Amino acid sequence: MNSVLLEARKLTKRFGGVIALKSVSLTIHRGEIYGLIGPNGAGKTTFFNVITGLYACDEGEVWLAGERLDLSRPHRVAAAGIARTFQNVRLFANMTALENVMVGRHAKGRAGVISAILRTRGERGEEAAMRAKAMELLRYVGIERRAYDLAGHLSYGDQRRLEIARALALEPKLLALDEPAAGMNATETEALRQLIEGLNRDGLTVLLIEHDMRFVMGLCHRIAVLDYGEKIAEGAPAEISRDARVIEAYLGQGAACP
Amino acid sequence: MDILLQQLINGLTTGSVYAIVALGYTMVYGVIQLINFAHGEIVMIGAMVAVSVILALTDTALPPAFILLTGVLAAMPVCMIIGLALERLAYRPLRKAPRLAPLITAIGMSIILQHVALMIWGRDPRAFPQLIENASLAVGGAAISTVQIAIIATSCVMMAGLSWFVYRTRFGIAMRATAENLAIAELMGIDTNRVIAATFAVGAALGAVAGVMVGAYYGVAHYTMGFILGLKAFSAAVLGGIGNLPGAMLGGLVLGLVEALGTGYIGELTDLCHWPFVAEALAERCHADGHVVLLGSNYQDVFAFLVLVLVLIFRPSGLLGERVAERA
Amino acid sequence: MRQLRWPYWLGVLLVAATLLLLPFALSAIGTAWVRITNLAILFVFLALGLNIVVGMAGLLDLGYVAFYAVGAYTWALLASPHFDVHWPAWAILPLGAALACVAGVLLGAPTLRLRGDYLAIVTLGFGEIVRIFLNNLSAPFNITNGPKGITRIDGLSLAGIQFNASETFLGIPFTAPIKYYYVLLILLLVILIINLRLADSRIGRAWVAIREDEIAAKACGIDTRNVKLLAFAMGASFGGIAGGMFAAIQGFVSPESFVLNESIMILAMVVLGGMGNVWGVIAGAMLLSFVPELLRYTVEPIQRALFGRMLIEPEVLRMLIFGAALVLTMRFRPAGLWPEKRHKQEMSVAS
Ligand SMILES: Nc1ncnc2c1ncn2[C@@H]1O[C@H](COP(=O)(O)OP(=O)(O)OP(=O)(O)O)[C@@H](O)[C@H]1O
Ligand SMILES: [Mg+2]
Repeated sequence: MNSVLLEARKLTKRFGGVIALKSVSLTIHRGEIYGLIGPNGAGKTTFFNVITGLYACDEGEVWLAGERLDLSRPHRVAAAGIARTFQNVRLFANMTALENVMVGRHAKGRAGVISAILRTRGERGEEAAMRAKAMELLRYVGIERRAYDLAGHLSYGDQRRLEIARALALEPKLLALDEPAAGMNATETEALRQLIEGLNRDGLTVLLIEHDMRFVMGLCHRIAVLDYGEKIAEGAPAEISRDARVIEAYLGQGAACP
Repeated sequence: MDILLQQLINGLTTGSVYAIVALGYTMVYGVIQLINFAHGEIVMIGAMVAVSVILALTDTALPPAFILLTGVLAAMPVCMIIGLALERLAYRPLRKAPRLAPLITAIGMSIILQHVALMIWGRDPRAFPQLIENASLAVGGAAISTVQIAIIATSCVMMAGLSWFVYRTRFGIAMRATAENLAIAELMGIDTNRVIAATFAVGAALGAVAGVMVGAYYGVAHYTMGFILGLKAFSAAVLGGIGNLPGAMLGGLVLGLVEALGTGYIGELTDLCHWPFVAEALAERCHADGHVVLLGSNYQDVFAFLVLVLVLIFRPSGLLGERVAERA
Repeated sequence: MRQLRWPYWLGVLLVAATLLLLPFALSAIGTAWVRITNLAILFVFLALGLNIVVGMAGLLDLGYVAFYAVGAYTWALLASPHFDVHWPAWAILPLGAALACVAGVLLGAPTLRLRGDYLAIVTLGFGEIVRIFLNNLSAPFNITNGPKGITRIDGLSLAGIQFNASETFLGIPFTAPIKYYYVLLILLLVILIINLRLADSRIGRAWVAIREDEIAAKACGIDTRNVKLLAFAMGASFGGIAGGMFAAIQGFVSPESFVLNESIMILAMVVLGGMGNVWGVIAGAMLLSFVPELLRYTVEPIQRALFGRMLIEPEVLRMLIFGAALVLTMRFRPAGLWPEKRHKQEMSVAS
């Protein structure tokens, strides 16, 4: 089997005058934890939005596991196997944690209106399986105690976990996390790292945006650096931290953060 | 009579009224992204107040122009107060609420205003006294009335005045800054609450004048007149590009013309006696009546809606609006 | 779930008995009240239909009454002397629901991509357009009979029972409204079950997800366009059924019954009751159906006693109440009087 999972080819995205992505290409292999870093406004989130079909890109294409994605239909992209979280958590606040995860599993189900009205045997089976799977995922990320609380009432750290559980419900080929550690304290960050490592050990490919350098360098197998919408470097963590252009991009931005 | 020219004149007249009302929608939308459903009712109340004042003064010996002006000047502050009250009491508390909330409130306020007007002015249409002698001038093969000239002229003056206000005064700059980015305008020291309130007030004042113009043009004012007028003016605002002032003006005029031409020609176009095949099937009726009109001028109110839907489907940003992406 | 104890069944029994005996108690007060109750139940159908669209999926539909009109005119045209056709109820009622459904899809397909506020305006316009057509489709070919409306519409007749006629059964007099009441009660039960099941299903969750965060819903693999269309279609079909029953019960329809104010009324019921919560919406519909009627009987005498004349007509007061219900609910209790509580229902299943 081909080891390439995701291939982005020459993605370009403009917002009026701003070029948020400038012909960005990158390749992610199966089983990798792939980091995407760069200064604020570099275009990392835009990259996520483009590969998940939420933003229409101006040029370029995305291939997942050998098939070209139809970027005009975000739900197809999700069903094809890219699940994501959002930089500023986007949960269904007035639904319970469990329901959030069950919604995440939507694409795996088939029950429609008629079977729901008739409560057919198939529909009941599917619901039960969905519920069980959702419960299992909540347990996996460690928040099964909060299963019946509204998502909006969870603590920030739990919301981030819930968002990951919701993404996992899709049983994706690629899990894309947008700054999952942002706003977390040291313990939470450590737990998150273990969670991601565990998922990866089970064979999941992870794409990760993160500003916390220690976190990224310790976790990722390979890293790409974006600056002003351009990919300026790609490689193993050790190479990246030595790369002159990367250092310049960060230092040029203000040397305060190491 | 030259139907085309006549309809163009009529369209220009209603179009300028739509433009003035559309400005009210678009200005408010520009600053707080809210469709102020109740704006149509403000226009209606403007017409009603003006009618009452004018009726009260008709029997005096005052010159007609003075009476009319008094009517307008009475309607404006009333509408402005209602506009301000709407903003302060209904919309402001909901600025951070989910997007459906202010919209639903706006509909509620619209219903309330309509029925309060019903209580004050009654169920029957109020005749708008004829103050200006309605002479008509021959233009080409058509006629233009003094009322039409007055409406078009007033609208032009108001649009010019508004443009000056928005593009040349300090307050206008503050308003445009707020429309661009409310949070940043606030950081720059602009009192955005005041700007928003003022936007409502200016929009309502324009609406008041528009109400008087509609009343004078059709000769009646009625408590339900604000609804359809509001819907049309909103369509005009969307047609021009919502949030865009020149767009609202252009959209109003275009919509007025489309409606006038559509209404003028739809009867002829859908006269089945002119259609091949169908006419033969209907030969008997065509012979007896001369026409079998499928859609007559009573479908006038449909055009604005059609324009609205077509614009939203094919060019949601409108004629002059910019495309803005939704943030993910 | 399985071991429900006797207090539960006793409760069910009491409610059932009350509902069954209600029309007789009401006719003791005045026959009008049974009719009012029937109309209130129709409004519950409408409110439940609109609840799917506005409450669950979060799509503000201001022209919902158009679907009610489609159902009513379907019945009126296919079971009246107007065209001299008299189709049976089992054919027209589903047809009316299906046509309303189609109308819902036709309206939804081009407009559902629009932002929420645009959708509101377009549906508002749509409702108005349907009314204009109903008013004008009397020439050159008389389809709707224009503003005069259609009269002498057939009542419901099922299994040999004429619901328009009074009859005595086991010595008990059953008037037409009482007979209709029982039909409506059964329909209500069916519609209620459908709504409860949908609310707690894969599609129902997708509706709520779209309401809560459309972008996140897309990222979860929900085909938001289709799922929204489904909401429109489902909601519309309830409107169609309510419309059909309305035509049968009233025996008369005209465009007057399908004006914007009706849409606003239904919206107010959903909003006041609690968007998304089936029980809340039912309560809201009942409340806003009965309160204006109670006022109708009290406001006039009170005003005459106090001021010696009528200051506010009951009709006007009714609309003021609906307007105020919308404004005040949004301001002080945006989730409605009986808010949607998604976690409670789960708790009972889990424990
Ligand atoms: N919807 C949008 N409309 C207009 N401009 C946008 C939009 N989304 C992003 N941008 C612009 O594109 C550029 C890249 O933004 P993006 O959010 O991708 O950066 P980022 O790398 O994720 O930054 P951060 O680390 O701050 O999250 C920025 O200049 C931003 O202002
Ligand atoms: Mg970002």
